[in-house]
Amino acid sequence: MATGVAAWLPFARAAAIGWMPVANCPMPIAPRDNSKKQDELIILNVSGRRFQTWRTTLDRYPDTLLGSSEKDFFYNEETKEYFFDRDPDAFRSILNFYRTGKLHYPRHECISAYDEELTFFGIIPEIIGDCCYEEYKDRKRENLERLQDDQEENMDLKMPNMNFRETMWRAFENPHTSTMALVFYYVTGFFIAVSVITNVVETVPCGATANQKDMPCGERYTVAFFCMDTACVMIFTVEYLLRLFAAPSRYRFMRSVMSIIDVVAILPYYIGLVMTNNEDVSGAFVTLRVFRVFRIFKFSRHSQGLRILGYTLKSCASELGFLLFSLTMAIIIFATVMFYAEKGSSSSKFTSIPASFWYTIVTMTTLGYGDMVPKTIAGKIFGSICSLSGVLVIALPVPVIVSNFSRIYHQNQRADKRRAQKKARLTRIRIAKSGSANAFLQSKRNGLLNELLELTGTEEDEQKLTQKSISLLESQHHHLLHCLEKTTAHEFVDEQIYEQNCLETALQTYPSRSPSVSSHDSSTRTCCSRKRKRNVPLPNTSLPTTHSTHQGPLQELSAIHIQCGDPLSHTASRSNLNLKTDESSRINCKSGRITTAIISLPTPPALTPDGDGLHRPPQRRPPQPPSHPPPLSIQTTTSSAGANIVKVSAL
Amino acid sequence: SKQVLGHALWSIVEDGELSTVCYRPEGLDRLVQQTKFSKKELQVLYRGFKNECPSGVVNEETFKSIYSQFFPQGDSSMYAHFLFEAFDTQNNGSVSFEDFVISLSIILRGSITDKLNWAFNLYDINKDGCITREEMTEIMHSIYDMMGKYTYPHMKDSAPKEHVDSFFQKMDKNNDGVVTMDEFLETCQKDENIMQSMHMFDNVI
Repeated sequence: MATGVAAWLPFARAAAIGWMPVANCPMPIAPRDNSKKQDELIILNVSGRRFQTWRTTLDRYPDTLLGSSEKDFFYNEETKEYFFDRDPDAFRSILNFYRTGKLHYPRHECISAYDEELTFFGIIPEIIGDCCYEEYKDRKRENLERLQDDQEENMDLKMPNMNFRETMWRAFENPHTSTMALVFYYVTGFFIAVSVITNVVETVPCGATANQKDMPCGERYTVAFFCMDTACVMIFTVEYLLRLFAAPSRYRFMRSVMSIIDVVAILPYYIGLVMTNNEDVSGAFVTLRVFRVFRIFKFSRHSQGLRILGYTLKSCASELGFLLFSLTMAIIIFATVMFYAEKGSSSSKFTSIPASFWYTIVTMTTLGYGDMVPKTIAGKIFGSICSLSGVLVIALPVPVIVSNFSRIYHQNQRADKRRAQKKARLTRIRIAKSGSANAFLQSKRNGLLNELLELTGTEEDEQKLTQKSISLLESQHHHLLHCLEKTTAHEFVDEQIYEQNCLETALQTYPSRSPSVSSHDSSTRTCCSRKRKRNVPLPNTSLPTTHSTHQGPLQELSAIHIQCGDPLSHTASRSNLNLKTDESSRINCKSGRITTAIISLPTPPALTPDGDGLHRPPQRRPPQPPSHPPPLSIQTTTSSAGANIVKVSAL
Repeated sequence: SKQVLGHALWSIVEDGELSTVCYRPEGLDRLVQQTKFSKKELQVLYRGFKNECPSGVVNEETFKSIYSQFFPQGDSSMYAHFLFEAFDTQNNGSVSFEDFVISLSIILRGSITDKLNWAFNLYDINKDGCITREEMTEIMHSIYDMMGKYTYPHMKDSAPKEHVDSFFQKMDKNNDGVVTMDEFLETCQKDENIMQSMHMFDNVI
C-alpha cells in the first residue's frame, strides 16, 4: 500500500461503515491492535546529530530499515536512542522522505555516497521525486560511464583466458592492446594510403617520351601499377578474411558498414581479373575502377572523427533531406522562370528547363561560372533575384543544420534515456503497487493453508511455509478489503486465475448459478456457502471421476495450488495439474515458491454424500447447485467461527 | 444548529484571483467538546490530516486520490464522491478538519442510532429523507465498482441490481418503493449481523 497515506487508513476503515447495512454476510473480525502504546518520540542519533520524530512517522514504510524492526539492532540502551554511524547530511533527506513521502536528491551530494546511504537504509532510489529524478539519473549515468572506462582500462591490463579468436578480435578493435595489433593497424593504414595514392598517380600524365604523346602513368608503367594494386588488394583481402574469422557474430559483421566498404574496395580488382578476357565489358571494367576510391573510407577505422561525422550525418538525415527538398523546390521554380524569360532571345543557352537547372544551381550557390548567362532584361532581373535568394536559401539552413546536429543528437539521446527510465520506473512502481494487491491475495492463500494445516494437523508443510509476518497496517488494510468482499459477495482474484475462470466458464456446460437465487434465501449460510459449494460433486466432469474411482476408499484432499510465480504452469490445464498431483506428492514450480501439497485423509464414512468419492481441487470452480445439502457438521463449525475466509473440507 | 468552526485564515492570491484557501481549525478544546475524541486522539488525527493536506482542507480530487490508494484493483471514485458528499456537511466543496473529525466521531464513537443515521445520510444522495431505488442503485454500483474486474465469481452486470432488490425487499416494509429513515432504523436494529458489524471499527483510532 502506498504508505504515504497510511495515516488515512483509519478514515478508510471508518468509511467502510457505509457498506455494513447493505451487506448480507457477516463481516470478518478486525485484526487486533495489540500495540496499544501511545505515539512516542524516537531519537535518532546519526553521528552525533540528533533527529527526533514520531514512531508512527517511521512506521509508514515498514520495508525500510527505520520502519522495521531492523533498527532495533542500532538501539543504544544507555542513552535510549538509536545510533547510526552514518553521514548526518545525507540522513536529512532520508528522514524527510518519511515525513513528506517524497525523496529528494541533494545536488551537492556525491552520487555514490548517496546511493550507499539509500541502500543502507533500505530505500529504493526509484521513488525519488520527479523534481530530482532527472538530475539523479544523469549523475548516475556519468558515474557509471566513468566506472566503465576504468573497467575497460583495467581489463586491458589483465589478461583473461580468451581463446585465440577472441584475442584476435580484440586486437582488431583496440589496436593499442598489443604490439602486434599496433603493427597490423599501421601496416593496413599504410597500404590504404599507398593504394589511394596509386589510384591518383595512375592518372597523372607522365613525362612524355620523345615519340609518344603524354599518357597517364598508369598506361606507361602498367606492370608496376598492377603489382602495387595486387599487393594492396592482397593485404586488404587477408585483413578482411581475418576479421571475418575473428568476428564474434559473422552475420552481424558482414552486415556492418565497414565490412561492406571493405568488400566494395577489393571487389573491382577481382572482377577485373575475371573479366580481362572479355573485350566488350572492359569498358565497364574501367568504370568499376572508380569504386577503388572507396578505399579511402577504410580510413574511418583509423579515425574516430570520421566515424563521428558519419554517425551525425546519419542522425541528421531528415534535416538534410529537408534542405535538399527546399533547394530542389527553389531550383525548379527559378529554372522554370528563367527558361520562360529567356525563351524569346535567340541563341539562348536555356534550351530547356532541365538545362536551366545548371544555371540556377550555379547562380544560387553564388558560383557563377558564366557559361550560361541571361541576355534578356527579364532574364537578368530574375537572374539577380535568383542569386540573391540563393544566398538566403543556402546560407541560412547551414548554420541551422549545424546547430541541429548537436541539438537533435543530444535531444534524441535524452528522449531515449527518459523513455527508458520512465518505463523502468513505472514498471517498478507498478510492481510495488501490485505488490499490495498481491499481498492481499497472498495473505488469503496463506490463511487458507493455515486453515488446512489446522484441519489436518500435518506438520510436514510447516517448514515449507514461509510465513511472512504482516505488519498491523497491512493486516488492517487486508481486513478492509475483506469486508468489501463480504459486502459484495465477490472475491478479489489474481488476473491469471480470473482468466482461467473465464476459460472454464466458457467450457463449462453446466450453467452456473446466478447469485440472485442464493441471495433470496437471505441467510448467511447460502450467501457464504457459495465458497463451500466447490466441495459438492460435479456430475459432469469426467476427469476427477476417473481419478478417484481407482483411488478406492482413500480420499485425497484437495491439491492446494498456492501461488505459482511461473505463468507457464498457469497455462497448464487443470486436468494436467490433477494428473501431476497424483504422481508426485510435491510439485515445485520453477519459481520455487509454490508448494502443491496433497494431504491424504482416510475417508470418513459418515460424510461421504454419495459414496463415490470425488475429489476436487479447491480452486475456483464455478458454483454449482447442490444436489443435496452439504454435510451439516462441517457447515456449523464454519459458520460459528465466523471469521474464516475459505474452508476446504473433505467430502 | 451548526456553527461554522474554524475560519479561512488567509487566501493565496495569484494574479488577483483567490486560488487556495488555508484553513486553521478552532482550538483543540472546542473540538474535544464537539466530538467524542480525546485530546491525544485529535492530535494524532490532525497530524495525519495536515500532513496529507497542508492547506488544511481537502477537496474532492484529493479525497478521491487518497481513497483510491486503498483499493488498487477497482475504481473507488464514485464511492469516494458519495463519501465526500457525506463528509462535507456544510456543502462548500471542501472538507475541513472539523467536518472530518465530526463525521469520524459519529462513525466511530456515536451511538448506534447516530451511526445508522450517518449511513442513511450517505445513501440518501439528495438528502430528502428517503432512499429511492435509483439512489440505492447508484450507491450499490459504486461499491461494486471498487471490486474491479478480477473477481470470483465473475462479476455480472446484474449483480448490483439484484443486491438492490434484496436490500429493498428487506428494508422497505410498506412497499412504497422508498426506504425512509424509520424503516431503515427499524430493520437494521432487528438484524443481528448489521448490529454487530456497526461496532466493528470502534477501536480504529
